[in-house]
Amino acid sequence: MRNSVKLILLAVIAIVCILLYAFYDIKGGFSYAFPRRLIKIFAMSITGIAIAYSTVVFQTITHNRILTPSVMGLDSMYQVVQTCIYFFLGSTSILVINKYLNFTISIVLMVLFALILYRFLFRADKFPIYFLLLVGMVLGTLLGSATTFLQVLIDPNEYLNLQSKLFASFSKVNADLVWVAFAILIVAFIYGFKIMRQLDVMSLGRENAINLGVNYDRLVMNVLVLSAILIATSTALVGPITFLGLIVANLSYQYLPTYKHSVLIAGASLISIIALVGGQFIVEHIFELSTTLSVIINFIGGIYFIYLLLRESRAAG
Amino acid sequence: MIQVKELSKFFGKKAVVDNVSVTIETGKITSFIGPNGAGKSTLLSMVSRLLNADTGEVLLDTNDVRRIKSDEFAKRVSILKQSNFMNVRLTIRELVSFGRYPYSKGRLTNEDIKYVDQALEYMNLIDIQHSYLDELSGGQRQRAFIAMVIAQDTDYVLLDEPLNNLDMKHSVQIMKILRKLVDELGKTVVIVLHDINFASVYSDRIVALKDGRVVKEGPTDEIINSDALKQIYDMDIPVQEQNGCRICVYFNSHS
Repeated sequence: MRNSVKLILLAVIAIVCILLYAFYDIKGGFSYAFPRRLIKIFAMSITGIAIAYSTVVFQTITHNRILTPSVMGLDSMYQVVQTCIYFFLGSTSILVINKYLNFTISIVLMVLFALILYRFLFRADKFPIYFLLLVGMVLGTLLGSATTFLQVLIDPNEYLNLQSKLFASFSKVNADLVWVAFAILIVAFIYGFKIMRQLDVMSLGRENAINLGVNYDRLVMNVLVLSAILIATSTALVGPITFLGLIVANLSYQYLPTYKHSVLIAGASLISIIALVGGQFIVEHIFELSTTLSVIINFIGGIYFIYLLLRESRAAG
Repeated sequence: MIQVKELSKFFGKKAVVDNVSVTIETGKITSFIGPNGAGKSTLLSMVSRLLNADTGEVLLDTNDVRRIKSDEFAKRVSILKQSNFMNVRLTIRELVSFGRYPYSKGRLTNEDIKYVDQALEYMNLIDIQHSYLDELSGGQRQRAFIAMVIAQDTDYVLLDEPLNNLDMKHSVQIMKILRKLVDELGKTVVIVLHDINFASVYSDRIVALKDGRVVKEGPTDEIINSDALKQIYDMDIPVQEQNGCRICVYFNSHS
């Protein structure tokens, strides 16, 4: 009972954020600004839900609450892909101009990268979580350095074009891609609905899950691919927001103490929408676009991440 | 009947379980005993498909366990390991309800609820059924997990060192419950034990392992005697009879 009340409360806050963002201080023609704001809200909701959903299921499958697909280096992979395209093919290449093609390539390469990375995670029983974290961080740094190296060499004009792809931004969301992303999200949710209760059993740990008849290896593989596709989709749509998943998933665990994934995912999704839409509102109307939302989220998320690490190590020690 | 046929498991080049063949008879308590590193837990894990065998096979009745669908297997055989670390906070009742998952897939029917109530009552947990697992003592936690396995209502119940970290009173309690499961409900229990005296007093059959091989296998009487124990543990262990129980007095033996 109390969890449903909490969810309703979150939903109300999310709706307030959305209404504020949609209607506050509309300048110029209503018919001009309003549809554009709606598209942004739509894009933010899709991104938020995709990140929240993929992070929660990823963390259940890997039995940890600190690693997220983004922290494990998926975001860096996106940056490498984009930088390579701009560096080797230039901003007039078909891979840049055709947004669908760019979107598809980003998703395919990120999912491939995730699968390779997960070969490691698969033997997660043998490695402590800090080892995996380290692998992710090292890979992320390696890819980040490669990106920087290429960016130093690249033509400055190309770099300006590239930069707009590498920072999460809701200011220039492509309306066509939003619908593609929405379709992917719907498919992911239909599948997710089928495995929701298996995920509940998963949270009892590997051995208990197998004991209760969950086809463990297959479920792990499916969910890992699912989470990679979702993260890739949201990143390709707006750019990387590394720490958002970590924040919303952990806030959801704290706020809704339950094992039920239907509740946890709904909670994380709503918190995610609040963070993105509410945050974007603050960025546009209080900071007057002097900063971007991803900078704020990564700043807060980074601090929260360190806090979680410290808490975890204290609990372990 | 569960038949283990020429089962091996290698970690690196070392055979942890080395060509083991064992038959587990129904309606009995079978104990796996042996020194540390003998491969008892590994063997149990392979029987319950937590771990894949490198060679050999495990047959449930006449079917290879790897060919049985996971959810069907979960209705026949349950396994409880010693470490049960969890990320989530659950009450005892929620945990025990998970035992019905193979049948109800998360949507509890009235029949499922009946099984959960019975399991809670069987393990004497009704009073504390709404307490959270992390608030319980080791003994209560262990009982809660066993209650989950009882709710799962499988013919075979496999337990990996269920007496770990339990005091004498709770150990005896749990062994008595396992005995009841076999005698009253007709279950088959397989248990990995460290304390040979519990194995001696409560089990019908004993399988003794050492260095990944079976050294002795048979009814409890045939295993609990100084000669056999010497082979298993490399110790001279006098066996004394007390109130019809054979007790191994190993505390001051020479090895």
